[in-house]
Amino acid sequence: MSQTPKENCDDCPVHNLGNLTKLGINMSQFDFVVALAGNPNTGKSTVFNALTGLRQHTGNWPGKTVTRAEGGFVYGNKRFKLVDLPGTYSLLSTSTDEEVARDFILFGQPDVTVIVVDATRLERNLNLVLQVLEITHRAVVCLNLIDEAQRHNIKVDTRRLAKDLGVPVVAAAARQEEGIPELLKNVYDVASGAYICRPYRLERTAPRLEKAISELTAKIKKEFPLLPNTRWIALRLLDGDQKIIDAVKSGELGNLSAKSVATREAVQ
Amino acid sequence: MKNRLKKEQRTTTAGKESILSSANTLRWEIGEHVHDSLIESIYADANQIASRAVTLPDGKPRFDFDKKLDSLITSRWFGFPLMFLLLAFVFWLTVEGANIPSALIASLLVDTMHPWLRSVFVLIGSPWWLTGVLADGVWLAMAWVVSVMLPPMAIFFPLFTLLEDFGYLPRVAFNMDSLFRRAGAHGKQSLSMTMGFGCNAAGVVATRIIDSPRERLIAIITNNFSLCNGRWPTQILIASIFFGALAPPALAGFITAGAVVGVATLGIFFTLVVSWGLSRTLLKGEASSFSLELPPYRPPQLWQTLYTSLIDRTAIVLWRAIVFAAPAGAVIWLVSNIHVGTMSIAEHFINFSNPFGMLLGLNGVIIIAYIIAIPANEIVIPTVLMMTVLSTKLSGIGNGAGVMFELNEATAVADVLRAGGWTVLTGLNLMLFSLLHNPCSTTIYTIYKETKSVKWTALATVIPTIMGIVICFLVAQIYRLLFV
Repeated sequence: MSQTPKENCDDCPVHNLGNLTKLGINMSQFDFVVALAGNPNTGKSTVFNALTGLRQHTGNWPGKTVTRAEGGFVYGNKRFKLVDLPGTYSLLSTSTDEEVARDFILFGQPDVTVIVVDATRLERNLNLVLQVLEITHRAVVCLNLIDEAQRHNIKVDTRRLAKDLGVPVVAAAARQEEGIPELLKNVYDVASGAYICRPYRLERTAPRLEKAISELTAKIKKEFPLLPNTRWIALRLLDGDQKIIDAVKSGELGNLSAKSVATREAVQ
Repeated sequence: MKNRLKKEQRTTTAGKESILSSANTLRWEIGEHVHDSLIESIYADANQIASRAVTLPDGKPRFDFDKKLDSLITSRWFGFPLMFLLLAFVFWLTVEGANIPSALIASLLVDTMHPWLRSVFVLIGSPWWLTGVLADGVWLAMAWVVSVMLPPMAIFFPLFTLLEDFGYLPRVAFNMDSLFRRAGAHGKQSLSMTMGFGCNAAGVVATRIIDSPRERLIAIITNNFSLCNGRWPTQILIASIFFGALAPPALAGFITAGAVVGVATLGIFFTLVVSWGLSRTLLKGEASSFSLELPPYRPPQLWQTLYTSLIDRTAIVLWRAIVFAAPAGAVIWLVSNIHVGTMSIAEHFINFSNPFGMLLGLNGVIIIAYIIAIPANEIVIPTVLMMTVLSTKLSGIGNGAGVMFELNEATAVADVLRAGGWTVLTGLNLMLFSLLHNPCSTTIYTIYKETKSVKWTALATVIPTIMGIVICFLVAQIYRLLFV
């Protein structure tokens, strides 16, 4: 990106925050697409506003965002498009808002998916995190509402969590704009390939299921050799997910893998 | 790279078929438990990871404010009364707070600026009809909408947003869940219903949080029973003229707020009744279960709330009202001043629709106003006032035919309406009809976009209109039996 020798400050997120330009809805050209996923009412829209300078209406009730909101920002000389997805508890069932979120993460192939989680309710929020990590391997977990967790004497070991999940974990209190610089830095690192995620993948115990998955995975790999998340596709097919069945039929999955090759090569 | 892509696109249909067919066979082999076992493994892994990373506080938990507050707000006995008290309090603040700024704005825009604007037009020698259309039609319609709508909205929206920010809405949903379930509808419908109190089009979009298509349709069709911000000012004004005035001045504010809450509650009642009817006839089915998270109470962010609710909500809604009021003002001036025979076009219309209006305990003017106000409910009151002056040939008020005039105090509005033959019945039925009539054109269009069905859109438009006609008719008959 720059030829000048690295200065000490370059690594510091606080320094780089000074370089954050909030673009609002001006997103004519961008280098990376970032999706914001998470359970309802964890503060996705607050994070969105903090990054884009937009003022998406925020409300303290689950289900406030039902459509996709988009905004942009510039960080480290790269232009980012940020997409605020509806809050969902899972990506498995079929309500419209869950479908909007799932389709964007799968078919929209964001360069980074930021999963906003509620630090006071980590276990339940992890259900969604694990599902997102099955679909995409480039993610950052934003451990939001850390101030509320501290008030309730709940301690979260972010390093341990990051190690277990295989993706960066950033503690944040988005309402106070705490942790936003660190979040930006990690999003940038994952997007640019400076940080390679090794996302946690589910361990399945039922041997019969495991056998079926590997059999189907092999078939999908043969047909779509470049697909990054064959196991998850296999699992969805076994579950009878109509949207995925249609995507196999129409060959849309093939386009996905082609696109991910294109972006990978562009990054290299 | 290019070669590879081409090869990729040439994936055989045979290959795809083989994936799908083996998925099918395997699905049969492993039985029905894929979904459950997948969810089980997600939960197990989440539990394991969380338990390693999280240290929970040990010892006795501190005094839990949230829990105490929840046990009060969602209590079986206090939940609903608290809800109505809170709602009444918000309206009382709105009614009391809006009077003075409304009068100030009206005196500025109407008393001061309108004559000035007219004189400018006359000075530059514009023809009388142009002065009429622009100054007496367009300007006054806009001035009226701003002075009637801006103050209540600027008070109501921030208050509502503060409640929303605090975390009150999910508790309302929690309280109302059992009612909606008994009506065969989805508990989350109370959330889209609450959004409808701001704007029905927004409420219709908010029904996306409802998973089942059947229950979502019910929520869409009944959203119009939530009074929207285009109708609150009508309710508040008419309630203060016809009900607040019945009480001693000290209590007028309470009575007015009470009457408005009464109509809003009636709207909730109709939401439930129509949901119940739909789920037993056209949209048969059982209510589905769902989990509703009660988020922690959060201290509202005062300044940000003020900013978003004033700039985003109030300004946008006001702008919409002005955009619709301007052409409406021009049209009203024109139909009032173009004569066919001895009467203006407006008078022909009013005479034509008067018998039907009277049958409903309304009058011809109100019927015309609701037709003109299909694009936006906001312009009902200005239209009604202007047409009343016109049809009763009131002199000494305003500037004559087709002019929306200065009425900066509710008493002046009351005088005009009484002179136009309005009674308590007319006021009551106008409030009812304002609750029960077709959605505005924006909402109708939104319903069509969300349902992609002419049938459901038509139904959502026709049901409330028919209900409005029937109920106003019944109320009028009963009132006349009892009091006349």
